[in-house]
Amino acid sequence: MLPIVQHPEAARPFVTDENRSPWHDSALWFVRSKRDKQAASVPEWEYLRSVASGIKTHTIAHLPFYLREFEKNATARGAVVHWAKDAAEHNEIVLSILRANKTQRIVKSKSMLTEECGLNHFLEDNGIDVVDTDLGERIVQLRGETPSHIVLPAIHIKKEEVGETFHDHLGTDQGASDPQYLTEAARGHLRGKFLSGEIGITGVNFAIAETGGFVVCTNEGNADLGVSLPRVHIACMGMEKLIPRQRDLGVFTRLLARSATGQPITSYTSHFFGPRDENSELHIILVDNGRTKLRESDTFRSALHCIRCGACMNTCPVFRRSGGHSYRATVPGPIGSVLSPARDASQYKSLPYACSLCGSCTDVCPVKIPLHHQLLAWRGELVGKGLLPWSKRVSMKFASALFQHPRLFALSGRIGRTALRILPHWMTHNRLNTWTIARELPKPPRESFSQWYQRNRGGESKLDSRSDSGNPTMETRR
Amino acid sequence: MKTPVMKAHTRSRQAILDALDSSPTTVPPLPELDVQQLTTFDDPLGQFIQSLAFVGGEAHVIDRPEKAYEILSGIPAFSNAKQIASVVPEAVQGNVDAASFEDPHALSGLDWTIARGEFMVAENGAIWVDGETLPHRVMIFIAQYLAIVVPRGQIVCNMHQAYERVGKVNAAFGIFVSGPSKTADIEQSLVLGAHGCRKLQVFIVGE
Repeated sequence: MLPIVQHPEAARPFVTDENRSPWHDSALWFVRSKRDKQAASVPEWEYLRSVASGIKTHTIAHLPFYLREFEKNATARGAVVHWAKDAAEHNEIVLSILRANKTQRIVKSKSMLTEECGLNHFLEDNGIDVVDTDLGERIVQLRGETPSHIVLPAIHIKKEEVGETFHDHLGTDQGASDPQYLTEAARGHLRGKFLSGEIGITGVNFAIAETGGFVVCTNEGNADLGVSLPRVHIACMGMEKLIPRQRDLGVFTRLLARSATGQPITSYTSHFFGPRDENSELHIILVDNGRTKLRESDTFRSALHCIRCGACMNTCPVFRRSGGHSYRATVPGPIGSVLSPARDASQYKSLPYACSLCGSCTDVCPVKIPLHHQLLAWRGELVGKGLLPWSKRVSMKFASALFQHPRLFALSGRIGRTALRILPHWMTHNRLNTWTIARELPKPPRESFSQWYQRNRGGESKLDSRSDSGNPTMETRR
Repeated sequence: MKTPVMKAHTRSRQAILDALDSSPTTVPPLPELDVQQLTTFDDPLGQFIQSLAFVGGEAHVIDRPEKAYEILSGIPAFSNAKQIASVVPEAVQGNVDAASFEDPHALSGLDWTIARGEFMVAENGAIWVDGETLPHRVMIFIAQYLAIVVPRGQIVCNMHQAYERVGKVNAAFGIFVSGPSKTADIEQSLVLGAHGCRKLQVFIVGE
């Protein structure tokens, strides 16, 4: 049994770190602002979003057709296409390719799918030396951590901490924290790894059914360097990464980097169509791992549109302040809070509540996933599954009864206003009331809104809520 | 083509496809792009140069390919370079013949690669490099410095036109380069030269 994630508890160390939380917040807001500038520089931005969403809706609906197309075309170009129903099967396939090639060392570029499948641990347990080559991923790998963000894996780590890590592992100067210097050290260190890697593993940003090719986008060039030296390339992809035609790439390559980091395009957008030469091998692993199940849901199907740009995380006020690790999920943030409960509703039941329903994620999503609607829908699902904690269930029942009985509501309001005035601090602020852990309660007014309304407006419109003829407040002001 | 050591693993193939087939959904057809809505530029070359500068590359407009060598010779990183591989001999005559090596690892000491670009994309400063023009694709990534020579007339405004221009790809590899290689993984500080080239020089050749 996996531990149940309680987001508020998992987030506590990060949120209560008075320096780190605001620092993290502003680092991500900087990325979000860059994204806004890029989005504004493309007049047809909103049009591209709707086209992208339409393409994805169509592809996911016709997924079996496009998967067969892709398999046929990729195979015709010399790739070997494998199918995995879950993470375990995916990992077994990778290991069997490594064993068939008698390999001990692999170089790996960033892939959320292999994170999702726990590939690194699995291979290490089987005696394979795994080197993550994306700088951010290498940093978290050396620290024994996991990425906290899908595009910016080390966004939670300060440069001084990177300096310490590199001092311990790469022998850089003690106390060095200059990003230029540290990057140079990592460049030298990873060159050696690239040259000794025996197999390269990459993720896939887009796979094209029409051509059987696929696209990998990076800024560092690590994926490309990682697979153009060794003889064997393994590309791991979730089935939802498919798009129908080559020309559809025009839409997605315009949206991806602009949404992710506010760049007009990534430095390298590599298109792979088959193995390098007659002595090389290209393996593509198509992974289901719950995607078929998600596709069956009318409410959550569009979560499969996700192109993993991370824009929803950069904009999310909860993510920015609580850090990615607090979600205890491979994909954190708004999209992760939709995907994770689909995998295991009981384990991730608190994630749909790590959201203020502000809707910002939905506004920035380049493929128009209605994220905040889906998070709200999840809350309904969780109630239906009886997964709400006892405290929330009881208080919701109580609130429901209160709102159904106006007299009871008025009475409890009166009691509350009086009680808040006279109760001593220790009665309101104790461990039974988690709401007051970090806040003072407001000073209650003498009268309720109903009483105030009766006194000031009652004579004129008599609380007629159905009168829509003009604004009553404006009329009384005249 | 040699048969791969490991055959396709298809044990779950039918089960996955059956599960997908059993839940069909009806949706609108695949959208077609309305080209009227897409941004084009009156001066695509000017826009390209500006976009390239934004992503950290340097553009040089020259009338003859040999000018590229003259300009590069003024850069210490080039004049001090020991290993230069070029697939554009009319611009720069390299001293490493990449095609003569069978193993790409032999190119690990490259200081410069001079590559041939097919066309430029104005909106983002990207250049399409056809894998067929490279004896080893690693040349693009492993050299410390990269220069791309591209004909002046070969330019499109946006990525939609770019993919139309790419058309059916026959090579096993093709790439949009909008370099240099960069990272911002340490506290969002932009550092040029992560794993690939430290700088990108683009020579736009033609009258």
